[in-house]
Amino acid sequence: MPSSTIETCTLSNGMTVLFEPMPDVESVAWTLMIPAGAVFERPDQSGTAAASADWLLRGAGPYGNRELSAAFDDWGSQRHETATPTHIVMQGAALGGHLDKILPLYGYTLREPLLHDDEFEAVMIGVEQNLLGLEDDPRQKLMTELVRASYTDPWGRPADGTLDNLMNIDSDDVRAFLGNGLNPSGAILGLAGNLEIAAARDLVESVFGSWTPAVPAVVWPKPSGSRSSVASVELETAQTQIGVSFPSVAYSDADYYAAWAIVDILSGGMSSRLFHEIRERRGLCYSVSASLHTAPGAGRVLCYAGTTAERAQETLDVLLAELRNVAAEIRPDELARTKARAKSALIMAQESTGSRAGSLARDWFHLGRVTTLEEVRQKVENLTVRDLAQYLERHPVDQFTILTMGPAPLLADV
Amino acid sequence: MHFQQNTLPNGLTVLTEINPSVQSVAFGFFVKTGSRDETPGVSGVSHFLEHMVFKGSEKYSAETVNRFFDEIGAQYNAMTGEESTLYYATVLPEHFAAGFELFSSILFPSLRDDDFSTEKQVILEEIGMYDDQPSFVAYDHVMRQYFNRHPLGKPILGTRETVGALTAEQMRGYHRDNYLAGNITLVVAGKTSPEEVLELVNRHCEHWPAGTVVRDYPPFAPEKASIWLARENSQLEHVMQLAPAPDSKSRLRYAAELLTVLASDDGNSRLYWELIDPGHAESCDVSYNELDGLGTYMTYLGCEADETRANLERITKVYEQLRRDGVTSAEFEQARNKVATRIVIRGERPMGRLSSLGGNWLYRQEYRSIADDLAVLRALTVNDLNDLMEQFPLSQTVTVGVGPLASLD
Repeated sequence: MPSSTIETCTLSNGMTVLFEPMPDVESVAWTLMIPAGAVFERPDQSGTAAASADWLLRGAGPYGNRELSAAFDDWGSQRHETATPTHIVMQGAALGGHLDKILPLYGYTLREPLLHDDEFEAVMIGVEQNLLGLEDDPRQKLMTELVRASYTDPWGRPADGTLDNLMNIDSDDVRAFLGNGLNPSGAILGLAGNLEIAAARDLVESVFGSWTPAVPAVVWPKPSGSRSSVASVELETAQTQIGVSFPSVAYSDADYYAAWAIVDILSGGMSSRLFHEIRERRGLCYSVSASLHTAPGAGRVLCYAGTTAERAQETLDVLLAELRNVAAEIRPDELARTKARAKSALIMAQESTGSRAGSLARDWFHLGRVTTLEEVRQKVENLTVRDLAQYLERHPVDQFTILTMGPAPLLADV
Repeated sequence: MHFQQNTLPNGLTVLTEINPSVQSVAFGFFVKTGSRDETPGVSGVSHFLEHMVFKGSEKYSAETVNRFFDEIGAQYNAMTGEESTLYYATVLPEHFAAGFELFSSILFPSLRDDDFSTEKQVILEEIGMYDDQPSFVAYDHVMRQYFNRHPLGKPILGTRETVGALTAEQMRGYHRDNYLAGNITLVVAGKTSPEEVLELVNRHCEHWPAGTVVRDYPPFAPEKASIWLARENSQLEHVMQLAPAPDSKSRLRYAAELLTVLASDDGNSRLYWELIDPGHAESCDVSYNELDGLGTYMTYLGCEADETRANLERITKVYEQLRRDGVTSAEFEQARNKVATRIVIRGERPMGRLSSLGGNWLYRQEYRSIADDLAVLRALTVNDLNDLMEQFPLSQTVTVGVGPLASLD
């Protein structure tokens, strides 16, 4: 593994900044996380976080809406803002030499957003249109509802919002929501790429150092619990969408890498069990996958398959059988492939500034520290078949949440 | 970075760009065949064949192929378009030789009958998946309508009927005719050496059948049309429009690329301020697509059905203003800076270089370094964009809407 230097800096106002200089790249990437995600929304105001992420960027400090966007573009920034369950996340990248021009724009955005009333209606229409667009994507629609059904509220809440909640949200609600979230004590900034630590640290200090906490420290909702259920929704589509989830562990759990390895054995590469049994051997569907989804305090494995209605029951049956079967035996060659895939992916992550900036910030949020890629590789490398078997004894694959959408409901024996 | 081009006696072109400072090596076989090269009876065969390649060769079974790629931790896949089929993998340098041997073997697959019938089901499922997504339906129909009888009008996946009727024997014939060394370009980018590449190529590709394929370039002139396909359960209207743009050999193509960024980039562009920022539409953008002998501007609009007409008029207004008044130097500079960032970031990963190298060679038989691309970008002026719009203004020749509307009235 190529070596890396990661430095952590906590400003006096509580904001955490993580730096990872990367040799041989020209770009620098950032991930800025503000604790203003969907879990902080009022229960009948799902969509507040999504509205906040949009409104926040419509002018700040001396810049109006258009001027702010133009100022980012003057320095060639590629940027993107999105609401997640936990945070508003602002990500982007530019050439390394431009960071000192771009970071001050985020300083204005977080400290002096304009939040003009005359922009608010357009913000809410945008949130609504985005949700209508997701309705036209059956797979996304299914996965949103599967997550909602899999966790206790507020952890299953969709960060994009909920259509019939939007009318409950007014501009003062969003202002108050941002008033709580725009707080340096919970803010995290990851910077990776073409940067020099001393200069970057000075820059961060000059932009964010005097940002004073306006409210008490962020209080996170009680960690999530997971839930099980079986449901179906009727939908006039060519394919039936099948979603299955089952309990796993959080990113901060000591068992995380064992949980991750099991998901990789199920669905990592094209030799993985779900792909092999469902697509390659039986030709039941084009798209089948499983992924590990974690929230603070809990995690679920989310599985997806999309297939024509006539083959949907068989697909669900085989999917459930394969999931139950994983505990029966894990072969050493499967684990060896998982390790090889992990090693390769970790080394290749060193080529992407965006990937590193995101990992730095997410690690800090979930763990309160940053794991180096070498540390991750070691943890994966040390896993044994016995470790995975023991993990499955502690966390059996059951308590399924099953959700299907399509022309007819399916039967599930759970 | 060091570049080298070689041609094998059988006609295989090999492009190598060495970058010792990255961690991996990417390699890809660009086969110059896609849906436009299919005869009507075998529509969808290019894409179906792309799937069948992974079912293995005489030497490797399907199971072995999947298992072996995972054993070496390869990130690999393939994609089929109208004009090419690309097979690619990124691996750590120590696995390059093994990954290359496998991929070069399966490019000449066995096409076993039982694999063929199982995979046919998977393709039909893939067609079903896209049928449920209105924007994909709009894409197929706008291509069909705009290109009409021109070969580019055929759907990449084929249809349920054409794929359903396809036989393994037809696929073998198509493979025999198109997978010829002179019709394939191998691109390697990243941490390797020219000697290693040549040694592998000589060992594994030398015996590939020689030959080239002549592509058909029928005359083409698009006709104005507007088609509305009603879908009751669709929430938004998904509209796609096509119009003529510079072809892949035109010197105007850089200006066209920049123009579409300036016109429609997310967050700050003409269409963004006219449609997205005020909340008139969920999304609206225009892309420039270079094609062999042709080019298109593709406009996409996603919005609530009753706003469709007004939004199409807003797009027309933006396009007309751009053509009439030209671009401002401020927006030009901003767009240029964003494109420069994109070029640099894409170039930092071997896979990003692979796609640039392959695209440049397939369309123009030229090598362009990152520095070459940045130099061309820096040399562009506002006048280049205004000249481009004299010849190829952004416009809306053919419109297809998929969603609640049965007509625009």
